[in-house]
Amino acid sequence: MTMQRILFGDNQFFGVNHMSEEKARAQLMRFESDQAIIDVLDIAYEAGIRVFMCTTHDRIAVICDHVRAHPTRYADFEFYPCMPYAHKYANAVTEHGMFEALKLFLPKEGAIGALMKSGVSVATKDMQGIARLLIDAEMKMFHGLRTPVIWLQNVVTDLLLGSGFNDAFRYFADHVKAKYGAEPGFITMNMPKLLDVLEAQGIENPIICANINKLGFRMCPGIAQYEALIATRRFRPVAMSVLASGAIPPREAIDYVCRQKNIKSIVFGASSRGNIQETKRLIDELSAAA
Amino acid sequence: MVRLGLIGLGKMGVSHLAIMRTHPDAELVAVCDTTRYVIDTLAKYTGVEVYSDYKRMLREKQLDGVVIATPSRFHAEMVRDALEHGVHVFCEKPFCLDPDVGQRLADLARQRGLVNQVGYHYRFVSAFREAKRLIDGGALGRLHHFRAEAYGPVVLRPKNSTWRASKSEGGGCLYDYASHAIDLVNFLLGEPERVGGTVLNTIFSRDVEDEVYATLFLAGGVTGQIAANWSEDSHRKMSTKMSFWGTNGRLTVDRQETQLYVRDPSVASIPLKAGWTMSYTTGLSENQAFYLRGEEYSAQIDHFVRAIASGDTDTVSTFATAVATDRVAAMMKRDAAGLPEPAAASGLVASGSAAVSSPLPPSATLVRPVRAPWPALFRRARALVS
Repeated sequence: MTMQRILFGDNQFFGVNHMSEEKARAQLMRFESDQAIIDVLDIAYEAGIRVFMCTTHDRIAVICDHVRAHPTRYADFEFYPCMPYAHKYANAVTEHGMFEALKLFLPKEGAIGALMKSGVSVATKDMQGIARLLIDAEMKMFHGLRTPVIWLQNVVTDLLLGSGFNDAFRYFADHVKAKYGAEPGFITMNMPKLLDVLEAQGIENPIICANINKLGFRMCPGIAQYEALIATRRFRPVAMSVLASGAIPPREAIDYVCRQKNIKSIVFGASSRGNIQETKRLIDELSAAA
Repeated sequence: MVRLGLIGLGKMGVSHLAIMRTHPDAELVAVCDTTRYVIDTLAKYTGVEVYSDYKRMLREKQLDGVVIATPSRFHAEMVRDALEHGVHVFCEKPFCLDPDVGQRLADLARQRGLVNQVGYHYRFVSAFREAKRLIDGGALGRLHHFRAEAYGPVVLRPKNSTWRASKSEGGGCLYDYASHAIDLVNFLLGEPERVGGTVLNTIFSRDVEDEVYATLFLAGGVTGQIAANWSEDSHRKMSTKMSFWGTNGRLTVDRQETQLYVRDPSVASIPLKAGWTMSYTTGLSENQAFYLRGEEYSAQIDHFVRAIASGDTDTVSTFATAVATDRVAAMMKRDAAGLPEPAAASGLVASGSAAVSSPLPPSATLVRPVRAPWPALFRRARALVS
């Protein structure tokens, strides 16, 4: 599979901004209506961007409905879903406790659901089975749409990575390949450590999305390790937080990423026609020049 | 390598687990929780050694340090046991609820020369550290007023079954949310001398307060307001913001950025420019060995590990500073209930102080006591000490 060079992200739609809570709130207000999101996606599509990399936020379901309803208009539109939408789980854990929260997100039917509901210890501790059920629940909204890459979201990736739950990455990879014919992708803030673990799990040439920016913002343990890794190891790096929420001027930011030739794709999010077109143009220009 | 143990695998516990296991200078030797399913699963998939009895873990594992992340009401006994085993302690916030108990543990840790730290992680957020640098550097001139706010979505409907909704277990917005804001006031400005106009109101909860408001009075005539509301879902997650006003300008800080307005740069002892200066987490934060949800969570554990390795017990967030935070929270509870301050805290001779030492009547905080069903976490934590 060939990864698309430019992926359109969704942080701006859901009030994620690493520089300013005020900006984040203004974005939340602006994108309160689903149509406002669709309008921006249309601008990105018209600019030649074909991939929407989005969390499995409830509101994305509406975007999925819209794309399904207009198959001709979005003939070559692809989703790269990121799961799970972590705040949904984190807030549920805060409100209900971990065990209850897990029950909430598992299907109501089925053997495991029934076991969990009964409160009996699940003797087999079949994490692979539970993982499959959770993935399927998150993927429901994308039914009938193209999802060639399915991502594991960074809080979950990094929680599993830190805890040493290394098998979970293979469970995820196996299931998204087998059931959805998709490539597994992994989002992380700890790229060097993750790459070692994925390779040890037999996940070859993995797709890893991480912050890659000239500031070194959230590139753990450090920018030098990232640069060395990208230059020398076999994997498919995807750069996010390239602009560091606007802390780096666009040309400088994109130039830095394009100079690292092994980076396969760049994710960016923007809200205005001008910014979307300009960022797309800069990536095209500087990718060609590099 | 610093040998660490972990007690409690709730939301903070699993986060600590990941950070401790990846720390380059620490070894997570064992983990303790009373939910069999959780620890069996953990053992099966991660190979970490697990216990269901923390006392046994302390006896058998020769730990250098332990991280305690159980519900608050179990902190005191666990902390004391760990200290008596000669183990350095990192304890989740809030510390002990009863400042007298907390003070005895702070004294015990000091007597034994053990590292002691409490998980007030905002002290490790780069923007708040920058705020401290600016305030200590005199950027605001004579500071006279502040506002400390904490909002977020924890209790959004009447039903809530976790220990956070149980007063007797250290739940409630005062200890869960406002305590962070209080601790930041203590960290940045110093401990308030007295409080006034405290409101502890319920919005949805039956047993605990959901919103907290008070005026804080500090030495030198500095005053400030505190406002916390954990039934506020316009915020995606907890949002803490502080604003400061001084004779030379104002400063606003949250997790993401600092906004400083300076009238006369020459007043300060640090280099500044007149007018507005903004700094952002993208430029302020430093990479950690491992990142999960925010640099501050790794930074505080790193601080603990380094303190153990170096033997420097004067951490950024000690038992003593956490007791000060609990003391302010206790003042606010007494104030809301219309009870006088005990002599030691207020500097005045309080009449009828005997009444203060008895538990507050439930009506004092305007909430009706209802015995909630024991949630899973409570059962687990309760079993830990039984």
